[in-house]
Amino acid sequence: MNTLQQIRFIWKPIVFLICLLPVFLIVGDAFEITGRLGANPVEAILDRFGNWALRFIMITLAVTPLRRISGWNWLSRFRRMLGLFSFFYAFMHFVTWYVLDREMRVADIIEDLIERPFITVGFTALVLLIALALTSFTAIRQRMGKRWQSLHNMVYVIGILGVWHYWWQVKKDVTEPIIYAAILAILLAARIIRHLHRRRILRQSSPRVPLQS
Amino acid sequence: MFSRKPIKIRPSEITSESNYLNRRDFIRAGAIAGGSLITPGVLAAVVPETRLAALSNVAKSPLSTDERPNSFEDISTYNNFYEFGLGKDDPAIQAENFKTRPWTIEVSGHAEKTGTFDFDDFMKPFDLEERIYRMRCVEAWSMVIPWVGISLADVVKHFQPTSKAQYVAFETLNDREQMPGLRGRSLDWPYREGLTIAEATNPLPILAVGIYGNVIPNQNGAPIRLVVPWKYGFKGIKSIVKIHFSSTRPKTSWNMAAPNEYGFYANVNPEVNHPRWSQARERRIGGSVFASKQDTLMFNGYGDEVAHLYKDLDLRRNF
Repeated sequence: MNTLQQIRFIWKPIVFLICLLPVFLIVGDAFEITGRLGANPVEAILDRFGNWALRFIMITLAVTPLRRISGWNWLSRFRRMLGLFSFFYAFMHFVTWYVLDREMRVADIIEDLIERPFITVGFTALVLLIALALTSFTAIRQRMGKRWQSLHNMVYVIGILGVWHYWWQVKKDVTEPIIYAAILAILLAARIIRHLHRRRILRQSSPRVPLQS
Repeated sequence: MFSRKPIKIRPSEITSESNYLNRRDFIRAGAIAGGSLITPGVLAAVVPETRLAALSNVAKSPLSTDERPNSFEDISTYNNFYEFGLGKDDPAIQAENFKTRPWTIEVSGHAEKTGTFDFDDFMKPFDLEERIYRMRCVEAWSMVIPWVGISLADVVKHFQPTSKAQYVAFETLNDREQMPGLRGRSLDWPYREGLTIAEATNPLPILAVGIYGNVIPNQNGAPIRLVVPWKYGFKGIKSIVKIHFSSTRPKTSWNMAAPNEYGFYANVNPEVNHPRWSQARERRIGGSVFASKQDTLMFNGYGDEVAHLYKDLDLRRNF
């Protein structure tokens, strides 16, 4: 087996299963095998799916800077899967909210979407994630050409909306939202710095255009 | 994050819920047989220092709901007490070694009797009563809690407020050594709450000293906390050290923190939503994952007892 095959047939399935661990733990806790969900299980499930969605967005955003720093180019092979897990956990967070918390009352949900900005913000992030998930197939990516990258740059907006949604929702304890915001700021700063740096290099190395006379 | 340290309460310390329910029937039978005419102060409320010790001479109350109380575990492990941390399970862990003796309560302001009282002396003039009340948190969850406490109206009358006293203000202990949450600036400490005199002399509010017939656990506001069942839970100030009879409306903690979200009155009202969530329905703690929520009742279902207090008040503006 060459390296690509190893990644595809051994490492990807392993990472896939690891990424599913939070689901096993939530289900295990719900049946009181691995732990407990506590006095308010619906709130606990909602929080845990939401937290994992944010964590996976951060992990996905960390792939590229990490690859550049370390030179481990194989990391990019996992980026799509990690991105899809971000979508998966955000979607489970939404489903928990829709089915268990809002009890599938459509009128309540519409009211929430209109009147409660933190829900509007979170829902917008979810809609964007759906768009990215649907366009994640290789065939679609190739067909979209350059537009694919501009669409998928939305992941930065999703990160900001996600952290904002969390920050806005908590009553008082913003410790965890601050931690997410700090991580996100570092990940975004890494990209901005690189962008500025590259522009400077390009400008310096480009040949001076002689004045037209 | 995945596992929390279990709370070190030996099972023997807790009255089992089945024993408790039997005991209730037994006491009720006794109360009927012996006649339940009790004059205030005859029984002299005694609250043992020992953690979770059984309380004696607890009278039943017609004001109790007959809804099934939440489990002791739910009541004592899922609650807010920011002085002991911001998570729902933090207080149970962090208040474990909280010292509730010696404890003094300072009574001040526009009243005939004022001074600083030792907790045991403070309690003596009053009778212990069980009040099983619904508790509706502003976060849209609720419980049924079998409190044991003394009538706040009796307490107010005992200190003989003058005509200048329009409000009763309360303060929580402000002890950085014992309360790790005070190091964070989540609220402007000490925790403060208040009621109008009319609210405080209504028969419903109590100063609670027990749950399930035993001394109240530290995390629920030991040794003495306010319970106002028609208001959101945050009005129920815990671990009280100061009671002040005031002519002006006292500042209250959550109102100070976010005046557009938490009013002074904070009456349970399904028609006035929190700016960030609906108050129309509530989740009763203790149900399964698939248990449905229930409609929130105006004044948490205590309208018959308290609606008259607000008949001239616009409850949308005075939320």
